[in-house]
Amino acid sequence: MYELIVVGGGPAGLAAACAAWENGLRSILIVERDRDLGGILNQCIHNGFGLTWFKEELTGPEYAHRFIEMLSKTGVEVRTDTMVLDVTPDLQVHMTGPAAGYKIERAKSVILAMGCRERTRGAIGIPGTRPAGVYTAGAAQRYVNVEGWLPGKRVVILGSGDIGLIMARRMTLEGAKVLACVEVMPYSGGLTRNIVQCLQDFDIPLYLSHTVTEIRGRDRVEQVVVSAVDEGRRPVPGTEMVFDCDTLLLSVGLIPENELTGRAGVELDPRTKGAVVYENMETSVPGIFTCGNVTHVHDLVDFVSAESQRAGAAAANYVLRGPAAGESVALKNGFGVSYTVPQRVRPQNVEKSFNVFFRVNRIFGKSEIVVRAGERELCRFKRDRLAPGEMENIAVPVKLLEGVAGEITVEIREV
Amino acid sequence: MTDVVIIGCGVIGAAAAMELSRYKLDIVIVERENDVAVGTTKANSAILHAGYDPKPGTLMARLNVRGSQLAREYCAALDVPYRQCGSMVLAFSEKETGTLRELLDRGVKNGVPGLELLSGDEARVREPELADTVAAALWAPTAAIVSPWELCLAFAETAVKNGAELRRNTAVTGLEKRKQGWLVRTNAGDIETRYVINAAGVDSDAVHDMAAPHSFDIKPSRGEYYLLDKAEGTRVNTVVFQCPSERGKGVLVSPTVHGNLIVGPNAEGSDRHDLATTAQGLDFVRETAKRSVPKVDFSKSIRNFAGVRANTGRDDFLIGVAAPGFVDLAGICSPGLTSAPAIGEYAVELLAGEGLELNKKESFLLRRRRIRFQELSEAERQALVERDPAYGRVICRCETVTEGEILACLRTPIPPVSVDGVKRRVNAGMGRCQGGFCAPRVVEILSRELKVSPGEIVKDRAGMNILVEETKGGRADV
Amino acid sequence: MRELICIVCPRGCHMQVDDGLNVTGNFCPRGAAYAKAELTHPTRVVTSTVRITGASYPRCPVKTAAPVPKEKVFDVMEAIGRVTLSAPVKVGQTVIGDVCGTGVAVVAAREMP
Repeated sequence: MYELIVVGGGPAGLAAACAAWENGLRSILIVERDRDLGGILNQCIHNGFGLTWFKEELTGPEYAHRFIEMLSKTGVEVRTDTMVLDVTPDLQVHMTGPAAGYKIERAKSVILAMGCRERTRGAIGIPGTRPAGVYTAGAAQRYVNVEGWLPGKRVVILGSGDIGLIMARRMTLEGAKVLACVEVMPYSGGLTRNIVQCLQDFDIPLYLSHTVTEIRGRDRVEQVVVSAVDEGRRPVPGTEMVFDCDTLLLSVGLIPENELTGRAGVELDPRTKGAVVYENMETSVPGIFTCGNVTHVHDLVDFVSAESQRAGAAAANYVLRGPAAGESVALKNGFGVSYTVPQRVRPQNVEKSFNVFFRVNRIFGKSEIVVRAGERELCRFKRDRLAPGEMENIAVPVKLLEGVAGEITVEIREV
Repeated sequence: MTDVVIIGCGVIGAAAAMELSRYKLDIVIVERENDVAVGTTKANSAILHAGYDPKPGTLMARLNVRGSQLAREYCAALDVPYRQCGSMVLAFSEKETGTLRELLDRGVKNGVPGLELLSGDEARVREPELADTVAAALWAPTAAIVSPWELCLAFAETAVKNGAELRRNTAVTGLEKRKQGWLVRTNAGDIETRYVINAAGVDSDAVHDMAAPHSFDIKPSRGEYYLLDKAEGTRVNTVVFQCPSERGKGVLVSPTVHGNLIVGPNAEGSDRHDLATTAQGLDFVRETAKRSVPKVDFSKSIRNFAGVRANTGRDDFLIGVAAPGFVDLAGICSPGLTSAPAIGEYAVELLAGEGLELNKKESFLLRRRRIRFQELSEAERQALVERDPAYGRVICRCETVTEGEILACLRTPIPPVSVDGVKRRVNAGMGRCQGGFCAPRVVEILSRELKVSPGEIVKDRAGMNILVEETKGGRADV
Repeated sequence: MRELICIVCPRGCHMQVDDGLNVTGNFCPRGAAYAKAELTHPTRVVTSTVRITGASYPRCPVKTAAPVPKEKVFDVMEAIGRVTLSAPVKVGQTVIGDVCGTGVAVVAAREMP
């Protein structure tokens, strides 16, 4: 029996395992399905990682390397090339790999850190033919950065999520022509800096409030049709532009990969598509914790590391000192807020303050983030600008929750 | 000289090939594409119809009911995913309830067992998600769902195992009548044969015209579909149809044998190879399906696709001897998939009538098994991985498909040459991420096992290359 | 007056720079430095891959150890394209000592045993 099994050896799993070790656990197993630790960071060869965490700018593989080095100084056991197939509510972990075979390991605690997957063409229903040349941006990233192959030479990118923007630059640098980046929303889904250094640097036009309305070509993509959309995101007839291209990359959203979580009996939040978690990243099933993109999709790996560290420490606490105590307060989404993580807080389990991560559902100018209990305001935080593409984070002093029962609400007020 | 050349290896050609391979005959199947089952066979509703639709007395009626029985037996013998889940045709008005009575009457005449007319409430007891507006339903317990491409593969593999030769990437360019039999001209050499079977699907009219006077036209009709995530796979338990019209059997909502939900099709006249989906077509499918099952959650869609029906505008299949020693298996629209095994049998009868002598093979083997890791018990998985570690490595996470299964399908009688070919054989890439994660791994495995550059690996048909150029001017030589 | 979005960190400050290169709207001094550089001699870090033999993958990720002049980005790419490494490679190992006369090294960004 392990004290802790961590499912996934990407940035979340690595940070969680390291933290659990630092907090006293001595029998920890990381199970990673890929050949190497590091997860998706291994194909994110661009820089921009680590500014918060390491105070320097690293590439994805370098960021992973720092954690792998840290891990190698602990006694954490690692099984790569091994896939977890099931986690049961009583914490039996079913896994399979060519080296170790099919195994069922038991654990006192489990951290789920499986990451997320990309939304596909089928999920957004782009009409047209079904030729080769339509890829998710992440698949293209793997082909270009890991396998050393260009999946196309004339590219249109649908969606302005960060991976799409990053791939616009990568494909351009490797000799492809990126004709356009098309975004259905009136604002970009990616970080502003990526718009500048991935699109503007290479004069790649960004079409906001546009979408791809048809894919053409029998064997290979030959054209895509791009149309403007109205406020309801419906294509406006007569606005069609035709791009001659051989590739369409999709960067249309990430979905936490929670099939395992659901089967473990963990309560899921339809808004984050991840587990409902408490302040310490514990789920509704005692002893199961989650962190990173499997919980909610992050923009920055630095925040994944921070969140995962809390999950790792909490798992250690759970194993060494028993379950967290206390009544919980629910966090409700008020005006302008699409979701919060955590969804529940147990004030008794918080020392000074707890962090609330959330996204807004549209662009806001100068505004205030207000936390209230009923009509009573608990605290407010000023922001110059809020955008759905950029995750927000506030620290709420726990003493403000004294006398609060039931729920608190996080909302946006434009000023 | 070859005894029989079969043109086309969709489910019809494959069924004919399998039935013929029971006898001591030289059989060649020619398929234009790089794989079997890639025309109408892979893009349809995946339903084995009970048999109440065809007009009594037609060939279609007889072959449908017979085919439905045979398909069940073959699926068991050949390890093809099959589930007899029954079907319902819904009526929303008194007029449509009248249509149900007609269908019931036809079904009884066609010999369909177990048909039952249900009230709206009775139907909702069996299928709770049906709309409140459903007034009545025709229940057909013998309807089933199947994996259509695996059915075709199973037939074709059985034919090949029993001695038939499959030539892929071989397109027929002409047919010449010879004193004895036919000369089949193809892009890959000519074949002299005594008999020819035309199973060319949406192009069966063109192949017919090479051998006999023009007598029919395929009027292709495209149908568009949604495939939904497994989370929606239990929205209904049975195949839910609406009343048929002159345009087809209407939009259905059905579980699939793979655990997903399929919704469609519409029916629009189209080019015969036009497999494009359209915004209007998909809108129509969505809106129409919601009349039957209002709560279908289309945000769980994982794929859209379209297939083309080989309609002819007639009420029956066009099956028969079109020229001496030349048999048409043409105009195979719905219920063609269901009828396929019976059509195969009938094709043998027709050739016998043309003088083909039938001597049974003692050695005929009707058996096929494949390992499905996902369906194994813990103990079976443990034993399997111990025996062959490749079964321990999961390549497709969504469908839990292992490298062992992919390597095994590369050793079958008809090994895949494409990523979609692998998908049709072992389900890798069929799940919710649609190959986002596993396609690069499958490309790598295919490239390694077929000993070709990754740049030569195709998504599906020849010409559908996935990768176009190596970065940095290519691989290091050393 | 020029409007500029800072790319130094993910915060993405919206900055204004006047003709005298006075910067406002920046959250930290790095933003001001970036804005001045961007308007006088813009630079970028280049990340890419180089061919590698004997490793489990055919490419090894690399980066310029410091930003290089923006107008040299494609020259740097070309230089990177001419290199072939052989495994093992350590993180930070020099791949090109001084790329395109910029005085900046190209270094490996992933351990490739």
